[in-house]
Amino acid sequence: MRPDLEIIQQWVGPGQHVLDLGCGDGTLLDYLQRERNATGFGLEINPDHITTCMGRGVSVIEQNLDTQGLENFDDGMFDIVLMTQALQAVRRPDMVIEEMLRVGREGIVTFPNFAHWRLRWGLALSGRMPESNALPYKWYNTPNIRLCTFKDFEALCRKKGIRIKTRRVVDGQHQNSWLARAWPNLLGEIAIYRITREES
Amino acid sequence: MPDSLPPDSVGLVSPETLHFDQPIELACGQTLNSYDLVVETYGELNDDASNAVLICHALSGHHHAAGYHSMDERKPGWWDSCIGPGKPIDTDRFFVVSVNNLGGCHGSTGPASINPDTGKPYGPDFPVITVTDWVESQARLADRLGIEQWAAVVGGSLGGMQAMQWSLSYPDRLRHSVVIASTPKLSAQNIAFNEVARQAITSDREFHEGRYYDFDTVPRRGLMLARMVGHITYLSDASMGEKFGRELRDEAYKFGFGAEFQVESYLRYQGERFSESFDANTYLLMTRALDYFDPAWDTHGDLPKALAPARCEFLVLSFSTDWRFSPARSEELVNAMISARKKVSYAEIDAPWGHDAFLIPTPRYTDIFTAYMDRVAREVGA
Repeated sequence: MRPDLEIIQQWVGPGQHVLDLGCGDGTLLDYLQRERNATGFGLEINPDHITTCMGRGVSVIEQNLDTQGLENFDDGMFDIVLMTQALQAVRRPDMVIEEMLRVGREGIVTFPNFAHWRLRWGLALSGRMPESNALPYKWYNTPNIRLCTFKDFEALCRKKGIRIKTRRVVDGQHQNSWLARAWPNLLGEIAIYRITREES
Repeated sequence: MPDSLPPDSVGLVSPETLHFDQPIELACGQTLNSYDLVVETYGELNDDASNAVLICHALSGHHHAAGYHSMDERKPGWWDSCIGPGKPIDTDRFFVVSVNNLGGCHGSTGPASINPDTGKPYGPDFPVITVTDWVESQARLADRLGIEQWAAVVGGSLGGMQAMQWSLSYPDRLRHSVVIASTPKLSAQNIAFNEVARQAITSDREFHEGRYYDFDTVPRRGLMLARMVGHITYLSDASMGEKFGRELRDEAYKFGFGAEFQVESYLRYQGERFSESFDANTYLLMTRALDYFDPAWDTHGDLPKALAPARCEFLVLSFSTDWRFSPARSEELVNAMISARKKVSYAEIDAPWGHDAFLIPTPRYTDIFTAYMDRVAREVGA
């Protein structure tokens, strides 16, 4: 399993109802169903991923977040709403986050940090749009249209009154090194946030 | 006619008539004291009877879903594209049961059958049958075949409604419900088209209030018109455009009202062929069953509440150019299932053929259907 999914699965409790936005081939949901007795749905638009999900018994709905949002889900119907590596690819991340916390008690979001030193360095030195393992595309064909930094994301959460329960910053190998903990916005490559509107 | 049977065909099949003596009470309040159901089966029932799949047919369908009745048969069963060895409903793994519904005209008891009380065909006296009644009769068929629980109940269009109704009438007797190109209820427009079809039939001079059998005639003209208007709703504007465009049968306009455009002659041909093989009273019944289907009727329109009893998992599929039961109608159903916390998967398949797309094997449709049914098979150890 992808290392970020490995971290996330630990945060899902037994029998929880989970919505996975951009669930890919359903690896995580499949695992959560088997190991945590979790229930729930994945949303996906990639036809091959959808077929794979169906073949492995993961409930998947073909639904495009950009055009259809989450309107068809009731308030608070999920314990956890997941979105791994997709925040930067939706048209309105702010609205998606709002919606995540409308339909779920808790959200888990992961995205690549655009302020990672290698990206800063690349832009500063070459004057070209940075590329990295986490962002392997050209500027003109990238699906990542809403890149942000950890600081940007946290500012958005503050503005919306969303509480960050946990932040796990990892490097390219998804290791939670002390350096990344010390200077996350500079040295962290991918962040995994647990967010909620509930009081602590 | 096939010269030899294709390797992925179930091969030569023959239907079987099963007689039922236990009276069946119908939604309309009437009772049928006894009736026949004609079925075809493909594949083998396994030892624990866990690998059975029920195929529910649509408006003009019947029990002959796959394979050939003889080497002289021009075309295989109506869903041969999806049923057979290695096909989505894999007959090497599943025991497939396909039934002609009550009220049908292909051997099961229907309006053209002899009413034991009068010794004459039922005609208009045959009770109006609902989707719920069909499910009831199919449950008795399952009992007869020794099937306590279906691995899956599968259907397209009106067949999808039966698959839906199964999950509500007998929640514990199916593991999966596969609802293809269907809708949780007909729209006013859908009912309107059905009404035009019925009017075409009942206003035919040969209809004789439904007792045309006694007059040794059939309302051929009306049935033909009904099929023509129905057929238009099964196709998409684009597929008709591609198939016929504005092509003429001859080179120039004739300034008359004959079948000058190819599409006109196609519809006439389809209508005529249908009117030779289908019973007009059955057509009336089937369209009414469609009109009446509405699981949320008892819950005052609250579909999630109506779906509460269901315990199976659902696969819902729609087709992009289907305007008879559009993707939006399937999404309505899916959203209600989500709300009711049912396990459901949904995909909208891109296909140009309108409502008929559920009969046509496109790569994505086949892939999804195969993947889902493969998983069903693994689940029941088939």
